[in-house]
Amino acid sequence: MKSEIELIKEIEAYLFQEMDAQQSSAFENERKQNSSFDQKVSEHLNFLQSLKSYGDKKELKAAMDTIHDDIDLDAIRAEYQEKPSKVVSLWKKSKRSLAVAASIAVLVTLSTLFFTGQFDGENHVSNYSELKRDMETIKRSQKALIRNINNATNQPQDISQFGGTGFALSSNGYLVTNYHVVKDADSIYVQNGKGESFKAETIYIDPTYDIAVLQIIDPLFKNLSPLPYTFKKSNAELGEDVYTIGYPKDDIVYGKGYLSSSTGFGGDSTAYQVSIPVNPGNSGGPLMDNRGNVIGIVSGKQTLADGAAFAVKSDFVLKSIDNIPQDSLKQKININKKNTLAGLNRTAQIRKMQDYIFIVKVYN
Amino acid sequence: MSSKINYSKPTDNEIILGILNNSSSTLLYLYKAYFPMIYQLIINNNGNEDDAKDIYQEGIIILHDKIKSGDFELTSKLKTFLYSVCRRLWLKKLNHKSRFNANINDYEDHFAVEPDLANHEEKDQQFLMMDKALLQLGEPCKTIIEDFYIHNKSMQDISEKFGYTNADNAKTQKYKCLQRLKKLFFSKEKI
Repeated sequence: MKSEIELIKEIEAYLFQEMDAQQSSAFENERKQNSSFDQKVSEHLNFLQSLKSYGDKKELKAAMDTIHDDIDLDAIRAEYQEKPSKVVSLWKKSKRSLAVAASIAVLVTLSTLFFTGQFDGENHVSNYSELKRDMETIKRSQKALIRNINNATNQPQDISQFGGTGFALSSNGYLVTNYHVVKDADSIYVQNGKGESFKAETIYIDPTYDIAVLQIIDPLFKNLSPLPYTFKKSNAELGEDVYTIGYPKDDIVYGKGYLSSSTGFGGDSTAYQVSIPVNPGNSGGPLMDNRGNVIGIVSGKQTLADGAAFAVKSDFVLKSIDNIPQDSLKQKININKKNTLAGLNRTAQIRKMQDYIFIVKVYN
Repeated sequence: MSSKINYSKPTDNEIILGILNNSSSTLLYLYKAYFPMIYQLIINNNGNEDDAKDIYQEGIIILHDKIKSGDFELTSKLKTFLYSVCRRLWLKKLNHKSRFNANINDYEDHFAVEPDLANHEEKDQQFLMMDKALLQLGEPCKTIIEDFYIHNKSMQDISEKFGYTNADNAKTQKYKCLQRLKKLFFSKEKI
């Protein structure tokens, strides 16, 4: 192997014809026989070529710059710059009056909107309604009835003000529901389908995704049997059959629909739009697909549109759960990975799920 | 011949011949003849005078290279060729700035020149790389290399200019410089 510098010397000696006949024919021979040598030679020749054309170009540029400095730019300017067109000169002349006219137009528009009440915030802010149940309204209408029952059975009077749905995250008493259900809560109780009520507390909230994680802290609570459903990590498909189970009233209610858009209210990519009948109280309920996977949490619906409900996507739920600092928990949250609902028909799925879905009652 | 060119309007073929012979009067004529055309194109399509100068000079370089490479056949007027090339260059620059999309007020006939430009872009890249490599090379290497390989000065002249005791010493120095320049040039190419 020759060193680079020897190679350069040899090539240049050949190039500038400083070799005798014998040397140069030896050089040519080696090029023919040794392909890597030949490649190095042509690489060097190419390099010299680009050096040469670099020099040429630089010279040309310098020559052109000299010529350019000699050009009478003013004459060219006068001849070739386009005069501003009629529209432009008209605009320049009447700029001021146009500005006045435009500001009057804006003022008139704004005041019209103001006087017709378009700016009343409530009118359009509340397009999205959260589905927690305001107990007061229902209580008033049914007061008489409840009082009768209360007298007979001596149960603690139900004085919760708001309610929603929640469902089990793991068998050791962690639940997930919507943040807006438990917002501003003094105390929270969850009640299962059998009517047993347990005290719970909020251990984590994520207002951006509208998610809250609760833990049952009641000593009477015994661990649930292993969860039958799993959480879907990927996005659900448009048009997929979905259902939800929740507590819009004191008994469990089933609702069925389909996934109608992969984004939620106002294009929110953290939620699905679902065409499903839901009512106040459904908030926080699981949105399930055919195979018994949780694909979202029902969170609200659009007030002025028919059949548009929204659900927070399950992968954002999982993300929030991942964000919970593990060492702040008394017990680990083990997310279930084994789905025992997949092969079952709908009614069997619902029967198996009922025990894991709770009414969330909020007192404040 | 060159004195004639200065006074009568040369034909396209005469211009080509002049460029092949590195005639400075041809360049002078060519440059002055079509600059206003390109000036008009650039100025009235969102460009300024510096843009006009840059684009026009790039166009002339492309024409120059094409003639020098020997494969230039006169299928159109030189004027049309220059206009088409500069138009394409300017469109590209405009798109790059994304000020507006592929819309240009035309003043002359033009035709597609993409193949000519593809070649040019590569050459332009090499020019910039060489410029950078030479700058990094530093003195006296830069001048030695330029004197020998570009200005075709003899080793004798160079060794005198730099005070080497003999041409052989200067030659050794030149080889070392060239080796370093090669290294700089090819290391840039990989990026």
